Amino acid sequence: MDKDSRDSSRLVTPAMLGFIVLLCTLPLWIGKVGLYPYLGIEILIWALYALSFNLLLGYSGLPSFGHGAYFGIGAYAFGLFQHNIVPSLWLCLMAALGAGLVAGAMVAAFISHRRGIYYAFMTIAFGQVFWVVAIKAHSITGGEDGLLRIARLPADFGFANIDLADNTALFYFVLAIFALALIGLWRLVNSPYGRILQAIRQNETRAAFIGHNVWLYKFTVFSLSAGLSALAGGLFAMAQTSAFPDVMSLHYSGYVVMMTLIGGGLVSFWGPVIGAALFLLARDIIGAVTTGWMLWFGLLFMAVVLFKPEGVAGWWQGLRQRTAGMSGNATGFARLRALLGGRA
Amino acid sequence: MSALFEADRLQMRFGNRIVLEDITLRFGPGELCGIMGPNGAGKTTCFNVLTGRYRPSRGQVRLDGEDITGLRPHEIARKGVSRSFQIMNLFNDFTARDNIVTALPGLRRRGFDVSHAVAANSAFADQAEVLLERVGLAGKGGVLARSLSYGDRRALEIGVALAAAPRILFLDEPTSGLGSDGTARLAALIGSLKGQLTIVIIEHDMRFLFSLADRISVIHWGQVLAQGTPQMLRDNEWVRNSNLGKLQ
Repeated sequence: MDKDSRDSSRLVTPAMLGFIVLLCTLPLWIGKVGLYPYLGIEILIWALYALSFNLLLGYSGLPSFGHGAYFGIGAYAFGLFQHNIVPSLWLCLMAALGAGLVAGAMVAAFISHRRGIYYAFMTIAFGQVFWVVAIKAHSITGGEDGLLRIARLPADFGFANIDLADNTALFYFVLAIFALALIGLWRLVNSPYGRILQAIRQNETRAAFIGHNVWLYKFTVFSLSAGLSALAGGLFAMAQTSAFPDVMSLHYSGYVVMMTLIGGGLVSFWGPVIGAALFLLARDIIGAVTTGWMLWFGLLFMAVVLFKPEGVAGWWQGLRQRTAGMSGNATGFARLRALLGGRA
Repeated sequence: MSALFEADRLQMRFGNRIVLEDITLRFGPGELCGIMGPNGAGKTTCFNVLTGRYRPSRGQVRLDGEDITGLRPHEIARKGVSRSFQIMNLFNDFTARDNIVTALPGLRRRGFDVSHAVAANSAFADQAEVLLERVGLAGKGGVLARSLSYGDRRALEIGVALAAAPRILFLDEPTSGLGSDGTARLAALIGSLKGQLTIVIIEHDMRFLFSLADRISVIHWGQVLAQGTPQMLRDNEWVRNSNLGKLQ
């Protein structure tokens, strides 16, 4: 068995373990390199969000360009549940996940027979609907003032009750959820389910004619992706102790696309994680020099799409191995084209 | 003889355009049937109706006596109807082995299973190996589908269609784009499958079809103009007068 298939049948790969161990040490050194623990929380949350998003973009070939809606729905659900129903961390997170699943399923029911550019447009349209609702439903969401005073609820394990008000404690809590999601998603993409999603990305028609219910796969993966994005949104609301409609807007929805593509989500499981880290580091590091950091990051994004659609992860893979057949670069271009081409 | 697969008076219209006028076809168990006809005769449309891509405007499709008209492609596929396509249809990012594994009924039944990795399932790999050997791709399981030679890709398409464990296999121009060596190889492959399952082939290469088929149907203007054994068609006046009949 070669290395790839050995890794794909593992629950936890060596790279994953190394990465999680490295993250465990992060609070010890992040201050010393001129950054701050809260950035670590943000990176993990956005990485979780981007990983969920990449289930659609990279694995299933489904361009969802209004995905911020589900992230935002999770944030509001987390806040509203603790304000109005019960302030329990676990239940609030479940509420975020559940709200995302339901919203995702509703949208997926309307779009799962589509693909390509039509799919992309419809996800944008539905994303905008949720965003407008978040702004206009002032009495529920607080409108543009946001939903404030969201508490960082303590994690109650029965035998211990851990306070998460401190950034370091919250970092470890988010890391635990991130690690679980990472392991779960790795197994998912290598399972029969993940295999069929990738088959659908490559050739929907062929997949249907060998007996796979393409619609149902597209429906479930969209719902799942929305649910996990909402879970990330719930963590985000907890981290910033508030929820705002801006994360649901089209341009925030664009951020997760940028992260995923720059990191190399089209060709690698790790792409979204790399991309989320790069994005937020660029925001802080370039942002310290100029408020126009997005200009530079945007140019970088354009360069990636034009010349290196395989992203950082694909570039790295290319350095390590000269694979037989198509180069990572050509693979990246082919997948990028297929995303919006909507090939039959 | 009781037919395994029957198409009864199919009509297919797209708007004002009638592509299939009135098609009745029967395929018996273990039979190898050919479908021929000029370009635009409606052969591929006929396949698309038989395998569920289009719902016919009129008429009925039956598998083993069961009405399957209007079922969706994956539902028809699950009942044991498999097909290949005129234009190459493979999972190009997968290896040859993974192309086959993706089509295995075992994998399909566990499609919503997320607790196991596909790579850890040696039964899938073993079944794939058997199928690869059957279509002449032994030892090429690890090659990406896009990196295979054209002839190997054509063979892999048949492998994928067979992996779904069909009772009836529809092949839409399996030799298109192949040279004479490739065609001979494919003829040998299809010949080796003959009798094991029902096979229906659309083909332009008449030599290929006449040497393999038990029965041939000629479709033109959306109708079945003639059908019978290769010998009967050689003697058929219409076929002889058309350029389809210029065989030897």
